[in-house]
Parts: sequence; structure tokens; C-alpha cells
Amino acid sequence: MQTVATAQDTTALPGRHLTQRRFGDPAFKWFTTLMALSVFVLIVLIGYKLAQGSQLAMRKFGWHFLLSSEWDPVSEKFGALPFIFGTLISSLIALFIAVPLSIATAVFITELAPRWIRQPLTLFIELLAAVPSVILGLWGIFVMVPWLHEHLFRWLRGTFGYLPLFQGPDYGSCMLAGGIILAIMIVPIITSVSREILRSVPGLQREAAYALGATRWEVTRLAVLSYARKGMFGAVILGLGRALGETMAITMVIGNNPQIKTSLFAPAYTLASVVANEFNETTGSMYPSTLFEIGLVLLGVTVAVNALAQLLLKTFAGPGMKRQH
Amino acid sequence: MMRKLTGKIAVLTVMLIFTACSPTQVPAQMLINGAGATFPNPIYQKWFAEYAKVDPSVRFNYQSIGSGGGQKQILAGTVDFGASDGPMSDASLASAPGKILHIPTVAGADVVTYNLPDNPQLKFDGQTIADIFLGKITKWNDPRIAGQNPGVKLPDSDIVVVHRSDGSGTTYIWVDYLSGVSKEWESKVGRGTSVSWPTGLGGKGNEGVTGQVKQTPGAIGYVELVYAKQNKLPFADIKNAAGEYITPSIESITKALATAQIPDDFRFSMVNPPGQGAYPISGTTWLLVYETQKDAVKGKKLVEFLNWAITQGEGMASALDYAPLPDSVQQRVLERIKTIKY
Repeated sequence: MQTVATAQDTTALPGRHLTQRRFGDPAFKWFTTLMALSVFVLIVLIGYKLAQGSQLAMRKFGWHFLLSSEWDPVSEKFGALPFIFGTLISSLIALFIAVPLSIATAVFITELAPRWIRQPLTLFIELLAAVPSVILGLWGIFVMVPWLHEHLFRWLRGTFGYLPLFQGPDYGSCMLAGGIILAIMIVPIITSVSREILRSVPGLQREAAYALGATRWEVTRLAVLSYARKGMFGAVILGLGRALGETMAITMVIGNNPQIKTSLFAPAYTLASVVANEFNETTGSMYPSTLFEIGLVLLGVTVAVNALAQLLLKTFAGPGMKRQH
Repeated sequence: MMRKLTGKIAVLTVMLIFTACSPTQVPAQMLINGAGATFPNPIYQKWFAEYAKVDPSVRFNYQSIGSGGGQKQILAGTVDFGASDGPMSDASLASAPGKILHIPTVAGADVVTYNLPDNPQLKFDGQTIADIFLGKITKWNDPRIAGQNPGVKLPDSDIVVVHRSDGSGTTYIWVDYLSGVSKEWESKVGRGTSVSWPTGLGGKGNEGVTGQVKQTPGAIGYVELVYAKQNKLPFADIKNAAGEYITPSIESITKALATAQIPDDFRFSMVNPPGQGAYPISGTTWLLVYETQKDAVKGKKLVEFLNWAITQGEGMASALDYAPLPDSVQQRVLERIKTIKY
């Protein structure tokens, strides 16, 4: 490939440009390599600094830190388990709500919507992504939580009250409210990326399916969704990444209580929130070190979840997916 | 041709960036850096703005990054003064490279706010509040609440406790008070800017607590007096050590300051002071400065400012809903400022 291009260049361009090309291509290659490498270096540096900052806490608590549920800054007893639990469960709830919503929206926009409505709808979804999380959090506490408390939670309790998930006292601010606000935050990113992927499905695929007499639903399911499955999984992972690390909005509505409860109506706490809440007033050396370790745990949880997702993708995708790439 | 042009534009851009970044002529003005507590930030900003008129040769840069940050930065010597809502611990002071002085500036109070039908004016004593926050009193019509509020119709509903989730000086004052009135609180929970709460929901910041309380019928929480007043929240009268129910106000906080036991290093707690008319849940905020200033010129300017703040500056406090130091305390603080060497 490269030799052909060079040969063409020599004939088409004056000699002066040849030397520039020789310089240009390697420079381009090195530039992009450097940029890609810098992302890697950045992550390693962040991990290193977090590990360095959490030395004190690591030495004192060891692995017990990940398993203990106690969080008492006054007597300096710390454990991360309730925060890990809160982060994972709230993100799971968010995915549970956001994935069907986003994918359906993306399918509607690319496959079904009349042309005139596509652009405004896309614009609205992207506007949602532009709402700062602290604004969303304030809206959450003053508008969303009271509404949930009055309507949705009451209905859930009435309809599914026999499940332990929907029992216990309900204050409005709780794990479920946290999951819902996260869902609102990740819908735009999953929708936008899914939409782009669906748009990149070749028209031939659809035409072929129609030619076989498939209905609209069948075309979407067989020709479009199955083709775009892998990419859409990537979109979901992007959303999950955002959900795991979200701080301000969720801390406003999750109730901020480090506890592990079965009920989704119980207040909970997340890793990112506790760092944001407590770091600027920490004194001494052990307490800030613990928050550094919480940061490290968050990084670890994110990496672990992403790795798990990749593994799932490999298992799910199966041999049928391979031919596309 | 195109490429040449692009090259020239690139060179020009780089040159432009460098010119923009190169140090421009700095006026001969001294910059004094400080960092710390967020609670007194409005009054400090006011002071710095006003002081610029008194002494135009000095400019203050204050970053309200939180009390913990203020303590860390003064210990590390990255700022000329720190600020904190809680006194520094003995261990922290011992780790400092020099002697750090606590200069009290203004005081504020925590109020008890709640959400009940028609929001009646309530009264509480310390033990009752402590038991509510310990989760031992769980109903609004508990005889211990009803007993202090004759004539008020209290519902048979659950009490929902709301506290701050972020570390804050407001929380420090609150748990300092609860530790003072309840042995059980002191041993089970203790004092700190963040504590392990026995019960309740955590709200981020005054606005988070207010939001939770407003949205939750039967909720009770604590916020700064300033915030409660500006947002027209209902707040309770609290029984003080002299046995009176006191409405929080600038006057009742200043009375608390006047009767609090203040040691010579000014690391004092002013909750539950013995005096008449004193509101019991209040606390002061401090500037942290080294007794021996490294930079003579800067030290002199800083001392001049502190003297101005404790005399002229105090007069501006009430307008911003902070309680000024009473005269007796001002005199003692001025004496202490005199000991700063530069």
C-alpha cells in the first residue's frame, strides 16, 4: 500500500515534496503514537498518585478496608464496602433504565422517525448531555425526588410491595432516586453513540432484508440491530463509565448514608460522592489518606467493570459477530 | 503555496501565544495569599475589598477551599494565612514548622429547622435534640417534645433526621454542641467535621439539607443561621445553660461569645455558654497565622490588616449576618496580634 502511494507521489509531485513526505509520515506516526501514549501515561500517573496518597490507609487497614462497612472519621475506622455497593448498584439501576430507553430512542430516530422530527429530537438529547451535573442534582432534589416520593415510589410500594426491594421507610432520597438521576445523565451519551452506529449500518443491509419480505420490525432486529450490536455495547460501556464516576448529581439525591440495605428505598452512598463530600474538610493524615484509597478503589472498580464488560462482549458476540470486522 | 501560508500562520500563532503568556508589567502591589474556610468567605471578601481602599499597596487573595485545606496549606507554608471553622488539633500544631496563632474573627450559629404542618414555632432543649439525632426519639408527638411545646399540635409521624453529608464547620459546631449536652453522643459519635451519624439522611451543603427538609414531611435538620434567614426557613428556640429558650440572632450569638470561656490560645468552643440570653449552638471561625513571619514586609502588612479587621472590620459583620466579637474579646485578640514578630 505504502510503496504504491510513494510511487504515485514521485510521479505526481516535484522532488521538493518528496523529502517533505519522508519527514511528514514518520512525524505523523510519532505524533499520534505520543498522543495515544499520553492517555496511558496519564492513567498510570493517576493510579500511582492515588496509591502513593493511600499508603498510610493501606498499611493500617490492608484488605480489610474493602470488606469493612464501618465509616467513622472521628475514631478513624474506615471501610469502603458500603460505597462500593452503592456505586455498583446505582450504576446497575441506571443501566437497567437507560439502556432500553436509549436504544429505543436511537432506533426511533434512525429507522422510524419522519425526517423533520429527527434533527430537533437529536438536538434535545444532546442538550440533555450539556446540563451540568450540579444543576441536574439541584433539580433532582427539588423537583424529581418529591415527585418520585409522591407518585412512582408510592405506586411501586403498592404494586410490588411484596418484594424486599420495595419495602422499608421511604424518604424520597434513596438508592433508586440515585439510579434514576444517573439514568437521566447517561441516556444522552448512549443514545448519541448508538444513533451514530445505527446510521453507519449500510443501507444495503436493510434493502436486502426488505427484499426478503421482512417487516419493519424484522428488518430492524435482523439487519440493523444485530449488525450494530457490538458498537452499541460499546455505547453502553461509555454510559456505564460515566455512571460509575458521577458525583454531584447523585450525591444530591442518594441520601448519603454508608449502609448496605436490600431496599431500594434506603439511602446509600457512592465512592465518588464520599470523596467529593468529605475531602475538602479533612484534617490530619489518616483521614485524607483513606479518601485517596477510596479514589483508588473507584479506579479499580471502573477498570474491573470495564474488563468484565469486554469479557461479556467476547462471550456474547460469539462467532457470528466476527465477520463484520 | 497553501502549505507555506499554513506554516506562516502556525509560526504567527505560536508567537502570539508566547507574547500573551509573557509576564506583563506587574504593578508594585504586594499580594497576600490565604485559603480555608468557606463559612466566613463572604465577610472576608468584604474585608479585603474594603481594606483595598485603606491600603492600596496590598492585595489579598483568599480561596475558600474548606477548613481542612486551610489547615493543610498553612502547615505546608503555601499561603500567608489560613482560615478554619474548627480549631487545629494539638497534633497538627505540633507538626507545624513554627508556632501558629488562632485569631478569632466572627461567629455564626447553627439553627434547628424542620418541616411540620403549618410549621409551628418549636422549642427544644439540648438533650431532646441529641436523642432525636441519636435515633432514640422517633415520633414528633413524643412526650419529651410535646412537654416543651405546650399548645402546639404535633403529628403522630416519624421524625426524619437530616444532616450534612459534606465535611463542614457547620457540622463541627453542631456535634460539638451535642457532645456538650449529651454524654451518650460524646462517647458514641464525638466531634468532627464529618462523623458517623447514628441515623438519618445526608444532604450536601446547606442547600442539600434545606432541600431534604423542605421535601420531607416530618424532617428535622440543622443549617447555618445566615442560610436559614435568607431562605426564610422556620427555626426553633433552643434552651441554653441558664435555662432560657433563646431565639438565634446576631445579639444572642454575641452574648454567647461574651460569656464563653476563652483560653489564651483562643482555641475555644463556645457551645452552651453559661450566660443569660446566650444562644447555645454557635461557634467562631479563625484566621491562622505564624507567630514569626518569614517575610518582614509581608508580615507587617498582614498585622496591619488584622488590626484593622478586628477593629473596623468587625463593624461590617452584622450586615452580613455574622456575629462580631464583643469588645472584651476584641481587646484580647488585639493584644495577641501584637505578639506577631516580623
